Amino acid sequence: MSVLLIAIFFSLLISSRPALVANGFRFLTGSKWDPVTDTFQSLPFVIGTLLTSLVALVIATVLSLALAILMGEYFRTGPFASIMRTAVELLAGIPSVVYGFIGLFFFVPAVRLLQEAVGAPPYGVGILTSSLLLAFMILPYSASIGREMVTLVPSDLKEAALSLGATPSETVWKVTLPYARSGILGGVLLSLGRALGETMAVTMVIGNSNTLTFDILGPGNTMASLIANEFSEASGNVYLGSLIEIALLLFAISTVINIAGKIVVNRMAAV
Amino acid sequence: MKISRIAVVALILCAATGLAFSQSIELVGAGATFPAPFYTKLFDEYNKQFGVKVNYQAIGSGGGQTQLKNKTVDFGASDVVVTDEAMKSFPAPFVHIPMVAGAAVVTYNLPGSPELKLTADVVADIFLGRIKRWNDGRIVALNASVSLPNTAITVVHRSDGSGTTAVFSDYLSKVSEDWKSKVGMGQSLNWPAGVGGKGNPGVAGLVKQLPGAIGYVELIYALQNSMAYATLKNKSGNFVKASLASTSAAAMVTIPDDVTKVNLTDTEAPDGYPISTFTWILVYREQNYDNRPKAKVDGMMKLLWWITHDGQQYAEPLSYAKLPKAVVNKAEVILRSVTFGGVPVLK
Repeated sequence: MSVLLIAIFFSLLISSRPALVANGFRFLTGSKWDPVTDTFQSLPFVIGTLLTSLVALVIATVLSLALAILMGEYFRTGPFASIMRTAVELLAGIPSVVYGFIGLFFFVPAVRLLQEAVGAPPYGVGILTSSLLLAFMILPYSASIGREMVTLVPSDLKEAALSLGATPSETVWKVTLPYARSGILGGVLLSLGRALGETMAVTMVIGNSNTLTFDILGPGNTMASLIANEFSEASGNVYLGSLIEIALLLFAISTVINIAGKIVVNRMAAV
Repeated sequence: MKISRIAVVALILCAATGLAFSQSIELVGAGATFPAPFYTKLFDEYNKQFGVKVNYQAIGSGGGQTQLKNKTVDFGASDVVVTDEAMKSFPAPFVHIPMVAGAAVVTYNLPGSPELKLTADVVADIFLGRIKRWNDGRIVALNASVSLPNTAITVVHRSDGSGTTAVFSDYLSKVSEDWKSKVGMGQSLNWPAGVGGKGNPGVAGLVKQLPGAIGYVELIYALQNSMAYATLKNKSGNFVKASLASTSAAAMVTIPDDVTKVNLTDTEAPDGYPISTFTWILVYREQNYDNRPKAKVDGMMKLLWWITHDGQQYAEPLSYAKLPKAVVNKAEVILRSVTFGGVPVLK
């Protein structure tokens, strides 16, 4: 596996060589992406990727915490439990282009209402829209890991809490969640990988605007979506190489986030 | 004994089919997606009539150029002309042969879908993000009979690299100095305003969803989906509605010998629609490379000749604009310049 990983890294490195030379360090710090003048700088897409994933992560954490407690604590068996479990598993199997359509038909109008309410340009598409969509896409992964973690909490711990006079909700908050915390967080962080690299669904709802922005209500773009959009018609060594350089950067960012996630999970497990 | 007899029969069968395969010609091409429906129909017809199979992969103009450069295809297809500069990176010189013409239209989402009249500078300033509202004085002045709402204009552009963007930005670069210096011409641009949609359906979908949106799509796409689009003022000062006829008419100008130099955007033609373009097939000028059989080259050149002549009858039913006669004449000259071992393939 690690051979494969290294092979991917080096093939990306070799294919992006013309761009690495031509773009230099400005590739990382600049915010202009202009194929006409062969200016390729990645900041808008790095920020776009991190912003969409981070907002998605926040939404997904809340939702998956709720689902994990519901499925792991209150409905462990019975017809409702199996319906919930199957539904969550099915959500994981839906192709991302279908999620894209769901986004176009449900999230875009909803976000447009929100944008109108706060006085932002009512595009409907944008970073928030794709974050909402991503949150639902990563939910099945984080929720099913979370459920496992919640069911793994030893019942004698919970029984002890209850026998000391704790209410069921106090037991959940003070015993179950602290015990399962690292596992639930680990599940969310693992599913972040999907959010970082998700392409099709994001392209359909993010607005594909290549300017640097921190406004989550406005349109933006992500690294994966940029590659998907421009790769097929990219001509010229530097242009193609720059798109591959974006892929290399995405590869590096996902590696760093994965390692950081592992460290966080280990540290919390140790506490 | 029995087994060996079966083996012999099998061998003969293999050899026979092998021979049959080597006799029939199979060509491989790749490139532009815009003319793909036209090519698919044509290659199918040609196969029925002449028994030459063509495998065409619509991977995009950039991909078509790369595949030709790597010599993995017999011909490449592109919506944009390869610049002299970029041509230097190819292993050998190649020619552009015009196949069919197309156009891009400016479409919008306004109540009642009125038919708007726009001029080049207004279109440029809208897409530069300078004209921000539909009831801007400059739009109202051109459309006195239409009541324009006080809605913000949302620019919708292509997010993927595309020949449609290339022709549209080529037009804007010609008519607006500001566009030329700030944005320029290309298949992908650094857009100053608006949101991006993937492909014609992506742009059309966003325009449909956003009140006050304006975007550009291929003429074929607008016709097939009955979308409202603007009438544009051309270089001669006439307001022209985009149609197959006005697209072909854009090429009614003096055609230079090197057809590659003809650019159909903003031509002098009085009835020509200003955002028109050719789509091209690219083949190496010298076809004797990589041990290619002569028969295959003959087959390919006959096919290209057929597309620019008899094949043109299939263009209009599929909403593509035919090549004007003058362009066909020039295309003939280019087709005849393709050689095999120094000898012209077509007489």
